Amino acid sequence: MEAGTQAAGRGASGAIALGAPPRRGEKIIKGLLFTAAAVSVLTTLGIVASLIEETVSFFGDVGIFDYLFGTEWTPLFSDPQFGVIPLIEGTLLITAIALLVAIPLGIGSAIYLSEYARPSVRKVLKPVLEVLAGIPTIVFGYFALTFFTPIVLQDLLSLDVDVFNALSAGIIMGFLVLPTIASVSEDAMSAVPQSLRDGAYGLGGSRLQVSLRVVLAAALSGVVAAIVLGASRAIGETVIVLVAGGLVPSLGVDPTTPHETMTAFIAATAGGEVPVGSTGYKTIFAVGATLFAITLLLNVLSIGFVRRYRQVYE
Amino acid sequence: MSVEATRPAVTLPKASGRERLRERSFRVLLIGCLVASVLMLGVLFFDVIRRGASEFDLQLLTSFPSINPAIAGLESALVGTLAIMAVCALFIVPVGVASAVYLEEFADRDRWYNRFIEVNIQNLAAVPSIVYGILGLAFLVHGPLSLGRVVLSGGLTLALLVLPVVIITGREAIRAVPPSIREGSMALGATQWQTIWKQVLPASIPGTATGVILALSRAIGETAPLILVATATFIAFNPTGPFSSFTALPLQILDWIRRPQDEFQVLAAAAILVLLVLLLSMNSVAIWLRNRYEQKW
Repeated sequence: MEAGTQAAGRGASGAIALGAPPRRGEKIIKGLLFTAAAVSVLTTLGIVASLIEETVSFFGDVGIFDYLFGTEWTPLFSDPQFGVIPLIEGTLLITAIALLVAIPLGIGSAIYLSEYARPSVRKVLKPVLEVLAGIPTIVFGYFALTFFTPIVLQDLLSLDVDVFNALSAGIIMGFLVLPTIASVSEDAMSAVPQSLRDGAYGLGGSRLQVSLRVVLAAALSGVVAAIVLGASRAIGETVIVLVAGGLVPSLGVDPTTPHETMTAFIAATAGGEVPVGSTGYKTIFAVGATLFAITLLLNVLSIGFVRRYRQVYE
Repeated sequence: MSVEATRPAVTLPKASGRERLRERSFRVLLIGCLVASVLMLGVLFFDVIRRGASEFDLQLLTSFPSINPAIAGLESALVGTLAIMAVCALFIVPVGVASAVYLEEFADRDRWYNRFIEVNIQNLAAVPSIVYGILGLAFLVHGPLSLGRVVLSGGLTLALLVLPVVIITGREAIRAVPPSIREGSMALGATQWQTIWKQVLPASIPGTATGVILALSRAIGETAPLILVATATFIAFNPTGPFSSFTALPLQILDWIRRPQDEFQVLAAAAILVLLVLLLSMNSVAIWLRNRYEQKW
């Protein structure tokens, strides 16, 4: 909203009433435009409604405590167990690996682009990050499974990893998240006023000191927003894990073995034509609701952090 | 931001050798962070081309999927992708542009519902794509609309997914049209809608078109939502209309990746090349549009 108020003052709330009064029908046009804008609200309502309806019905079949605290996830067995903990643990493990890759590389890239690079170098490097951000996740999944696991992890680093493993999926997912973290962080660093840098240089600070102790520190809430947004993307990412991470809902934290995430479970189950109304079908929605709740929380957090640095510097 | 401007003009005490070393290694470290991304991209492209080049030919584009890798192709997936992209474009262009016009030109920000719409769009942009698949499954495939696993369901699911991108870029394009254009038009006696239709929208077309192409290039590679709304069995025919079953490029790639034989892995790489060529050409058009028609006011 802070950004919004700058742009306001035009349009409907303009101070002087210019122009002819609306012709007949222009009210209808405005109504139609509003309807179009309302489609996005309907989308949210649709998402929430579809998740809630089947999730409530799911909890008619399965106890909510068994779901939230159960440590065994075998929904399609003859004796099904619906403990979601293994899926959440798999999601967190792979997200953590992705962030371990993406946070240092992303913030490092952002500092370089914002504080070190000449404009001509930026012009070349920024599109590279944009291309990286635009590569379909299925391509990353293929790369993780057929190149990164066998050639880099097994041959080059001679690690004892399974064909499907959390490590490879997590590292490649890190590169998927990296552009998000880099670009949001760089925006925050660019918003730090030049006067702060000038002051620090005037006191004899070096480029390194100014970058880390002044710019990075001043842009911290924006950098945190970037990391939170990156985490949300990693948690919601499906295909890399589906292809390269294995589909074994395990509780361990060993990244060399296969793990299953919430998203991969949804995709694997829904891709298998489960009958509508069965408990298996309902698990898609229950896990989807859990996923939606977690990412929504992170997105709201991230928007809050962005608002904070905007308030300070803009 | 400008590096040159930050260099102090007065002479300061020279940094010691150790400090200089630290400065230099920090710079190298930062460059290393960016090189990692460039390297990763390079290796990825190189690897996919090396693997897929042998199958990247006309036969791939003009054959249907088959259990025999020697004759398998992706014609139905390519046509399916084009079909859902058409549905997607037909939806996002009018709805996205209309939303952007409403939010930029009409919405009164003092009203709570207009602010709500804005925050909502911001949020939607960060909802995981598979959740849109769940929405499509519950509302389009089954439930209220019960369209089934058809082109229309797939196209609309992806349309809802990328709609925020179109709205956000559309708003930026409209905002970039200077108020003087609007005031000039209104001063000549045009109504607000005439001003928007005859002045603001034409001036914002390049920016909006860029946004639409970027949105479609995001939609074309989306796999997760389609897993939920497309048919799981393989489709060896082209879709004939909006109510026809379909498959799409990312789904075909996924199917081939999951088959054990090496020949299918080669086909998957070739199909990825097709997808990347489509993507790169869409992005080039977007960049060209932006540079060619971008208006400096």
